[in-house]
This record gives sequence, C-alpha cells and structure tokens, in this order.
Amino acid sequence: MIDVQNVSKTFYVPHIVKALRNVTCKVDFGEAVVVIGPSGSGKSTFLRCLNRLEVAEEGHIYVDGIDILDRKTNINKVRAEIGIVFQSFNLFPHKTVLQNVTLAQTVVRKRSKEEAKNKAMALLEKVGIPEKANVYPDQLSGGQQQRVAIARSLSMDPKVMLFDEATSAIDPEMIREVLNVMQTLASEGMTMVVVTHEMGFAREAADRVIFMDGGRIVEEGSPEEVFDNPVEERTQKFLSQII
Amino acid sequence: MRYKKMAPTSITTWLRIRGSYYFWVLVFFLFIFGIASFLYYATVKVDYVWRWYRIPQYFYYHDKVEILSEIEGKITKIIQKNGQAVVFIQEDGQVKQYTVPFKSLQVSEGDLIYPGDVLSSHEALRPGILLLGLWLTLKVSMIAISIGIIMGLITGLCRISSNPALKWTAITYIELVRGSPLLVQIFIWYFVLGTVLNAMFSRAGLPQIPPLWYGVASLAFFVGAYVAEIVRAGIQSIHRGQMEAARSLGMTYANAMQHVILPQALRRILPPLAGQFISLIKDSSLLGIIAIRELTKATREVVTTSLQPYELWFVCALLYLILTFSLSMFVQYLERRIVIS
Repeated sequence: MIDVQNVSKTFYVPHIVKALRNVTCKVDFGEAVVVIGPSGSGKSTFLRCLNRLEVAEEGHIYVDGIDILDRKTNINKVRAEIGIVFQSFNLFPHKTVLQNVTLAQTVVRKRSKEEAKNKAMALLEKVGIPEKANVYPDQLSGGQQQRVAIARSLSMDPKVMLFDEATSAIDPEMIREVLNVMQTLASEGMTMVVVTHEMGFAREAADRVIFMDGGRIVEEGSPEEVFDNPVEERTQKFLSQII
Repeated sequence: MRYKKMAPTSITTWLRIRGSYYFWVLVFFLFIFGIASFLYYATVKVDYVWRWYRIPQYFYYHDKVEILSEIEGKITKIIQKNGQAVVFIQEDGQVKQYTVPFKSLQVSEGDLIYPGDVLSSHEALRPGILLLGLWLTLKVSMIAISIGIIMGLITGLCRISSNPALKWTAITYIELVRGSPLLVQIFIWYFVLGTVLNAMFSRAGLPQIPPLWYGVASLAFFVGAYVAEIVRAGIQSIHRGQMEAARSLGMTYANAMQHVILPQALRRILPPLAGQFISLIKDSSLLGIIAIRELTKATREVVTTSLQPYELWFVCALLYLILTFSLSMFVQYLERRIVIS
C-alpha cells in the first residue's frame, strides 16, 4: 500500500537539519503502523512526506502503486485518497462542524449537497458527536475537535489514514475518546500510519511498531518485540525513559 | 440562565456602582464642549465677516429655464399630454414641434412666432458646484476602490506566489507605487500615458478618453498597491495548518484559497482596508490638477469667485467627513455581519 524507498529530507531554513536519512519501509493494506521516537527524530516529517506536505529530496514513495514524487503525478488526486489528522486539528474556524465535513466532499469529490450531508452525518455519528453538527469548532473541546477532524478526513473515503500526534494537544481527560475512534478504525481494517506518544495505544492497536531516532528507522517489529524485547540500545534507553 | 433578584438600590449605592462610569462620560462631553467653544471663540475673534447664508447657493440654486423658438411661423396646434404640451409650429409646409411643461406655456394656438420668441419659461432647481463636486468625488473614489480591490487581490496573490515572474512583478509594482508621490503618478497617467494613448486613438479615428478616466486609473493603480500589501498580510496571518488541511483533503491551491483562506483573511483585512479607502477618498482631492472638478477643485473655484474661504473650506472638510464617516460605518456593519455568519 505504501512503499518508501531510501527517502532523505533536509531542511535548510532556519537551520540545516537532516530530518530523514535513507528511510525505507513498507505498510501493507489494512495494517496499522505506529511510529514512535523522541522529538526531533523525524517521525512527523516522515509522515508528512507520505502525502507530499513535505517533498522528499531523494528516494521514492509509492502510495497504492503511484509514485507521488513524480512531477507528472496529480498530487491532489493522491491526497484525496490519503487522510491526515494533525496535532493542532486545523479545522476551518469559519465553517460549522457539518460544513467542515462536507466542504471537501462537494469541492473535490463533486458530491451533491444532499449526499455530502448524509455522509457527514453518518461520520459524525460514528465519531460520536452528531449533536454538534451546527456548532462552530471554537465551541468544542479539543477531543471533540479532533474527532471532527477525523470525520472530515474520513469523508473523502481515504485508503490510508495518517495521524500526526493526534492526541498531543488534547486535555488528558479527552484523549481516550479520540483513541477509541482510532482504535475502531484500526479494527475495521483501515490502513493507518500513526505517529504518537501514547504507548498504551501503540501496544493495543498496532500491527507493527517503528522506532525512529535521528532521522533513521532504528528498530521495527511487532509491539511485543519492540516494547518487551528491544534489540537496539537506543530503543531500550528511550523506552526506559518514558515508561 | 438564572437572574438574582435585584435588591432595591438607593441613590448612594447606585452612585458607588455606576457613578465613576458616568463621571467619565461627563468628562468626555465637557471636553468636546470645551473644544467646540474654543473654536467658536476663535471664529468670533478672527477679523472676518461670516456669511453662511451665501453658502446654500453653491449646493443648489433656482435657475430660469426658457425654451425659445428657432424658426418663424404660426402655431397650428397645441396638444396636452401628461402635464406636457406639444407645440406645433408651421412654416411653409414645414412643421417643427417643441415639448414644454404645460404650466409654463406662454403661447397659444394661432400665434405668430419669430425666432427667439419665448415658448415657455419656468424655474428649476439645479445642483450647485459643491454638490456636483461631491458627487464626482464619490463617483471617482468608488470606481477607483472597486478596481483597486480587484487589482490588490490579484497583486497580493502574485506577491505570495513562488513564481519569480509573478512575485517580482508584484513587488516592483507595489514598491514603485507606494514609494512615489500620488501627485507625480497622476501627472504621469494624464500627461504622459494620456497624451500617448489619446494620440493613438485620434490616429485610429477613435474618440478621446477624457481626463476623468486617467484620474480614476491613477487612483485605482495607487490604491491597488496598498490593498495588495493588506491582502498579503491578511493571507499570511492565517495559520499555515489551514492551507495544509485544505490541500491534504485534495483541494487545489485555488480551491483552498477560495473556500478556506480568503474567507478567513477577509475578516482580518476589513479594518485596514477601510482605513486605506478613507485615505483614498481624501487623496482624490489631488485630481484637481488634471482639471477634474471634484470637491476640492470645486471649492477652490468657488473661493476665488466668492472670496469666502473660511466658510467654504469648512464646508468642504465637512463634506469629506460625511463621505469618510459613512464608509467607515458601512465597513463596521460589514465586519459585524461577517463575524456572525
């Protein structure tokens, strides 16, 4: 489903930072992959490269067989198939919850208003806040906003969902409700790449865990392998610090 | 919501709670009154005869309208139609007809008419030079603002483009226009561009473009540069995540701008835009130098004939204030509407 080959990425502004160094990995259809690692390890950059929000300089990235770094690829079409959920939600503040979820459906997928609305209501039902449909985002809690953001991404019927530290900016009490939605998605067989600091979620929902540090994939394996018997010293150190 | 039942308050508790607020309201009005009194005192002290009663004639005046016959002949018939009279004058089988207000008709059927004879005479209310000037200022400013918004929006979008041709063109335009005096720009538009263009038109047998349109163009071009910078600042003030969210849903750059970024930016740029447009209304006073008789030029003309500079310039300022204040109120109304929707 996702095939990343030898991808490197350097930021030049404001400092020269090698964010990714020769990253290679694969995500299979229906797999939930959790990426963990210290801050600055390149895990968010890795995720953002997958829908070309950051353009990788070297290597190849194939999503559903399409080379997304090829100049001839229509990136808008690819992005419509890849949902991404951000740490800071990024809901559209001038639109209601319902409009947030219907906008891309009507503009990108060219669905009728009626169809988009039905789809949106079904998704809001799924994430558990249908009663907030006509409310503006600033009237919602962080957890509710993030669930709307998830519904917004799902409204495009994506083949892959990316989560970029989706629970990091949410009150501890509200994290559970978001993780539950993500867990449901994983159990339904959605292909997911999740960058997170929630080790509990990683253990429960992940099919595979990737540990990154210094722009490299240090260790990779099933949750049991990585969490209980880490091979690399760096992984052991990281896990001992956080648990 | 629950309300506490208000206990009956005595005047002293009222004073304690709200007293200081109303005290400062009083201070404000005393301040305004003080300024107004000082101004009035100053006007009395100035060695000048104030003749305000002579001002209204520059807003409107009664004019005697006479309709004269151009030919010699006999009035064969007069037909009355919706308060108008149609007069037929016959001369050697040739008939000429005049339409005049019936009430002011001064001839009757069978009269012999010579060229220059008065067929009808009535008084009409005419707009005076100041009112015409005010109208022209309003018209010029509104057209310039409309074009300026479009130019500013396009230039602002070019300014943040990553394409160097678009970006550098936008920067050049903005810096040139903002950095040079409007007076010089008006001269260039009219005396340089205008001369060249009108010469070309006359060679091609096309009609000439009057100075008014060069004036409008110079103002629109001028304000467009400022609007562009305001638009750019507005767009850049929207969090980067908004564009990322829109693009990651598969929207094109244009879609994202139209549905997500610009509607949010619009709210933020309304106040600075209002300031810019108020400036523009006042800047339009420079158009007098290319013989466009807007409010300031009209005032100057009346001053030279009437020798009443004080009254007229005060009136001129007041008229500008009416225009700018209305615009300001309109934009505030828009701001409130946009925030609600």
